[in-house]
Amino acid sequence: MTTSSKAPIRWHIAVFLAPATLIYTAIMILPLFGTLQLSLFREIEDVQTFVGLENFQTLFGDPRWSSSFWNAFLNNLWFFVIHMLVQNPVGILLAALLASPRLRMRAFYRTAIFIPTILSFVIVGFTWKLILSPLWGVAPTLLDAVGLKFLFAPWLGKEEYALTTLGLISVWQFVGIPMMLIYAALLSIPDEILEAAECDGITGMAQFWKIKLPLILPSIGIISVLTFVGNFNAFDLIYASQGALAGPNYATDILGTFLYRTFFGFQLQIGDPNMGSTIASIMFLIILAGVCFYLFIVQRRLRRYQF
Amino acid sequence: MKTTPWKGLLLSAVFAGASGAAFAEDVTLTVESWRNDDLGIWQEQIIPAFEAKHPGVKIRFSPSAPTEYNAALNSKLEAGSAGDLITCRPFDASLALYDQGYLSSLKDLEGMGNFSPVAKSAWITDDGENPFCVPMASVIHGFIYNKDAFEELGLEVPATEAEFFALLDKIKADGNYIPMAMGTNDQWEAATMGYQNIGPNYWKGEEGRNALIKGEQKLTDPQWVEPYATLARWKDYLGDGFEAQTYPDSQNLFTLGRAAIYPAGSWEISGFNTQADFEMGAFSPPVKSAGDTCYISDHTDIAIGMNAKTEHPEEAKAFLNWVASPEFAALYANALPGFFPLSNEAVKLDDPLAEEFVSWRETCEPTIRSTYQILSRGTPNLENETWNASANVVRGTETPEEAAKRLQDGLASWYAPQQ
Repeated sequence: MTTSSKAPIRWHIAVFLAPATLIYTAIMILPLFGTLQLSLFREIEDVQTFVGLENFQTLFGDPRWSSSFWNAFLNNLWFFVIHMLVQNPVGILLAALLASPRLRMRAFYRTAIFIPTILSFVIVGFTWKLILSPLWGVAPTLLDAVGLKFLFAPWLGKEEYALTTLGLISVWQFVGIPMMLIYAALLSIPDEILEAAECDGITGMAQFWKIKLPLILPSIGIISVLTFVGNFNAFDLIYASQGALAGPNYATDILGTFLYRTFFGFQLQIGDPNMGSTIASIMFLIILAGVCFYLFIVQRRLRRYQF
Repeated sequence: MKTTPWKGLLLSAVFAGASGAAFAEDVTLTVESWRNDDLGIWQEQIIPAFEAKHPGVKIRFSPSAPTEYNAALNSKLEAGSAGDLITCRPFDASLALYDQGYLSSLKDLEGMGNFSPVAKSAWITDDGENPFCVPMASVIHGFIYNKDAFEELGLEVPATEAEFFALLDKIKADGNYIPMAMGTNDQWEAATMGYQNIGPNYWKGEEGRNALIKGEQKLTDPQWVEPYATLARWKDYLGDGFEAQTYPDSQNLFTLGRAAIYPAGSWEISGFNTQADFEMGAFSPPVKSAGDTCYISDHTDIAIGMNAKTEHPEEAKAFLNWVASPEFAALYANALPGFFPLSNEAVKLDDPLAEEFVSWRETCEPTIRSTYQILSRGTPNLENETWNASANVVRGTETPEEAAKRLQDGLASWYAPQQ
């Protein structure tokens, strides 16, 4: 054993870390700070001028900006709630079914449910738009076939349904991810524990609620955080199916589409990088706050079990 | 698709090098454009016609994808590698290029005399002094209808609004056809094919449009609210589930013969000609009462200007003068039915539907879309808000008065003459 006085500098650590650090800095950290910086400036007579927090003041103080912002924020929150209420419970249920030892054709189900996740948003948006089309879609035809035509509405075109519909489409696409993570967590529960539970007379549903669920709670926590980050960064599905104006009447406008319209402009509207960065900075803060809440409040209270 | 502009750039670099070496005496002018659909027309018709008259000048048409054009052009101009001739988007996008000194003023170009003030309005400085692009084409709004369906139901083309709604009622009562093919999902259909289509008859075209820019009229004035009220009545004549109907849905509904009338822009003509297997006709937006002057939206859409840093200004000017000539107008208009030349001289069109559209220029007063010049420079953006308001009014979720008030408040929030 070498003594501490002659500990060699361990260069290899720096060498191995360098590529990831450099690339991550160049493509993530620098742009992030660039955005934060841009949000503190404003173009006054063709010159970028430092204006402090004035852009933020505009975003929250100006009635037009703030109503657009809060509309997008609340829509985004609802989008997240749909995922938490539908995607994650359904994902857990599917995982529990997949982990059931009596299930046959497990690999097929697993693959089939996971496939939509790897599809492009454009394909998903377009396919569902066609399925739900009141003119040529299969949805009205199928409902008609079972005598439920009266239930059909042009969902994507109605203010009250459009966002929920898109939320459910997104759930359909991404339910494979919580399913896979939970499935992996369920498989990692040692058989001895389950056998011990059976010896104590805990089987079936009771076994799931009392033994398995507490053991997969940390995974559910991680999934919740991933869902939160993903939803508050969402943009593609709305853009692909409803366009940048997020119709009808901004009912599907979320922070991502609001940012896009502001930053890059749309049609005759010329982009405003400064206000766009302001929105992006707020999005960053929202996500940061959510992740911190999880890390410092929720995660510490989660009980972990060592096997 | 994404690589096309880069390929184009690479190719142009190669060709520029090669031609420079091989034909030192020839001048090659490069045309920047977003109309990659028109590549064939340029190569087979326009360029040979020009080169035949101007030996020693070669033209190379180098288009990029429409969605990438503005960004690609801006970076090429900044880098100094843009072509000699620049295809101009209407209004502020090109005005910005002129203000930054990338486009030359064409004040002294003789050919500019062939164009009316409306034709030039999209490519001129706000004071009307310096035009910077030669207008190439405009698109006209109106209604395209299914002639077979009209004959079958014994219908006549409407001249007044009352006749128009009576006609829609008849088609609806018959039940075989959806009276009108329009949806609100994409929003711009309701604004462009709806509001901007029928509106000029109410606000009297240029008169109202200019008064709005000067701040003499407000969007809450009756002539600006009434088109919304009319639009709100369209709701009952659109197809089931029009709320989720997209632009391609509307096009297909009409060309499949399921809808009788299509509120249109003339750019649809060539597409419809290949898609529809029935005969089509067109009528201009109906006026309020018989004998009223009719106004049409003859919207300036595409023009061409000169890169201020071109090395061959004389040759480029010769080309622009030729673009301003009747010869080019006839070539272009017939190659692309539905894109109408803007020059004052009448052009003979071979396509009957296009001919019908362009004939309204003789009986009606032309104007451009009300929101495009100056009024869409601020936030909230009047054009985008108009999309939203028109779609809301058609869906019946906002009254015409509320919509107009919202637009007026939005405009007044940043546009001084309206305050």
